[in-house]
Amino acid sequence: MKKIILQGFYSVLILGCFWIPVCHSVTYINISNPLLKKSPVAVTDFKAMSGSAEEITHGKTAVQILTEALNFTGYLQTMDPVAFLANPSQSGIQLSEINFRDWKGIGADYLITGGVLTESPGNVKFELRFFDSINSKLLVGKVYTGSETQIRKMMHMFCSEIAFILTGKYGVFNTEMAFVSTVDGNKEIFTCDFDGQNIKQITFHKTISLSPSWSSDGKWLAYVSYAKGKPDIYIKNLLENRGAIVNLKGMNISPDWMPGQLKLAGALSFSGDQEIYLLTANGEVIKRLTDSLGIDVSPKFSPDGQKIAFTSKRTGTPQIFIQDIDSGSVKRLTFNGLNNTSPAWSPDGRKIAYVGIEKNAINIFVMSIDSGVPVQLTADSGDNEDPVWSPDGSMLAFTSTREGGVPRIFVMNASGTDQRRLLNMSGKQTQPDWSISDSTREGM
Amino acid sequence: MKRKNWLNVLLVILVAGLFLTVSCAKQGTVTSETAVKSAPATDDAAAKAKAEAERLAAEKAAKEKAAKIAAARKAFENEDIHFDYDSSELTAAAKTLLKDKAAWLNENATAAVTVEGHCDERGTTEYNLALGERRATSVKAYLVDLGIAAARMNTVSYGEEKPVDTGKTELAYSMNRRAHFAIK
Repeated sequence: MKKIILQGFYSVLILGCFWIPVCHSVTYINISNPLLKKSPVAVTDFKAMSGSAEEITHGKTAVQILTEALNFTGYLQTMDPVAFLANPSQSGIQLSEINFRDWKGIGADYLITGGVLTESPGNVKFELRFFDSINSKLLVGKVYTGSETQIRKMMHMFCSEIAFILTGKYGVFNTEMAFVSTVDGNKEIFTCDFDGQNIKQITFHKTISLSPSWSSDGKWLAYVSYAKGKPDIYIKNLLENRGAIVNLKGMNISPDWMPGQLKLAGALSFSGDQEIYLLTANGEVIKRLTDSLGIDVSPKFSPDGQKIAFTSKRTGTPQIFIQDIDSGSVKRLTFNGLNNTSPAWSPDGRKIAYVGIEKNAINIFVMSIDSGVPVQLTADSGDNEDPVWSPDGSMLAFTSTREGGVPRIFVMNASGTDQRRLLNMSGKQTQPDWSISDSTREGM
Repeated sequence: MKRKNWLNVLLVILVAGLFLTVSCAKQGTVTSETAVKSAPATDDAAAKAKAEAERLAAEKAAKEKAAKIAAARKAFENEDIHFDYDSSELTAAAKTLLKDKAAWLNENATAAVTVEGHCDERGTTEYNLALGERRATSVKAYLVDLGIAAARMNTVSYGEEKPVDTGKTELAYSMNRRAHFAIK
């Protein structure tokens, strides 16, 4: 595994990287604004620094990756290059060489220029700049050097910088998804990058495997499998190929990792009643969290790890409840409708996304915990289930049967806009879970 | 000369005796053979047919009994216990059917079974796993109340993973909300 070398241009720019985000993180874009209008950004051809054919090829690849990644966000929209009045790959990619009137004039709020240099065979160096064209200002500049197989990674690192400058968060570019897909009639666990690329099959149990859950460092995956004939929780370290199985009597399901800790919650029925327990990464029970007759399932930790949201039938119909882990105090969250399940806690801790069923229509809702007012995000588009937040809170992934009745994984902006299919693969895909990538697993 | 004649007589006697002995032995064997054969031969074809009919009847009865046992076994496995939406409570129909299941389990005292709990596709995967388990356990508990040893039954939930009907109709949903018996 080759490391990508990251360096600032010169001291001024390094300083810029430090003070600009602090100064502008709130001013530029508020990603939780549902009325957000996408800002136009011009991604220009990269300059081949020594003019080699290799540099031109790598530059084209990089621009393509950058364009797709920026369009994946809910707040940027790349412009058609046909409209461009200037060509920085010829006229110059640095601040002093750019006439910002060319860009303001065509409505580009932001401008990206790039230089590409092949220093040694197989190695490539990118010099990338992100400008605020309205204020004629460089917002972030970075140099990346790495193997030509890591161009995608380098572009996504730069996108993370852009996201941080604009929103105060690094965005989705360094994230992965785990999900369930059918293979020859069985269900197996897979992973992919945030944009549905790099699909990898993780389990080969050749039975039913369900409910993948990432640890918050992206190193561990917990899931449910029938490999031993009944639903049990499997805990797997993806890097070291070790783990544990929770196969107590009855069922052992719906694992969820505690943020920042190697502990998880799961619904176990060994006592004869389904209750939610806190477990170690070795699969040992630490303590019982819920205590009510009837279904208690689908725990999801709050981002601070102090509470769980879960589905319970204690009041007669499945509803979502929130429980404080230390005190044990419980409050019911959902009151609209007779069937509310599958909670997902937003990374800012303020909202819960969930599945509501009304008259056989299965849809995704989001509710502010304080207000308790549900907002419906999907409608008239098949069954919509399994909501999960992106680690930066800007998006939701979910399962939908809107295309031909077959369950597929979709993404949308947190406000419900831009709903689109993520994965293009055969079989049926369900139950996405979204996490920060573990950098030590790169190149696996 | 006289002595030679006497010897001749003796020889004749001996030879005759030899023949007699042989014929005696032969006669005995034949008699016994006749005796054996004579019994069926006297009743003849009618008896033969009767025996065959009896044999066939026994065979048929055995076959019918086996078929009955197989049918009972099949019914035991194929007739599912159905549930109302989002419920693991046993309906009156479910209880009637479970009494048949208990009867079968009593007749087949060595049989051990798995009770599988299933759900329709509405509701989420995890909730349905929990609901399926409750359906299976409520079936098992009822059978235990009817006197079936708990050790003969284990339960497993498949949630919404194994529908019998993949349609999106109320009928399909109701077929999928079930407890299914599998003989181990």
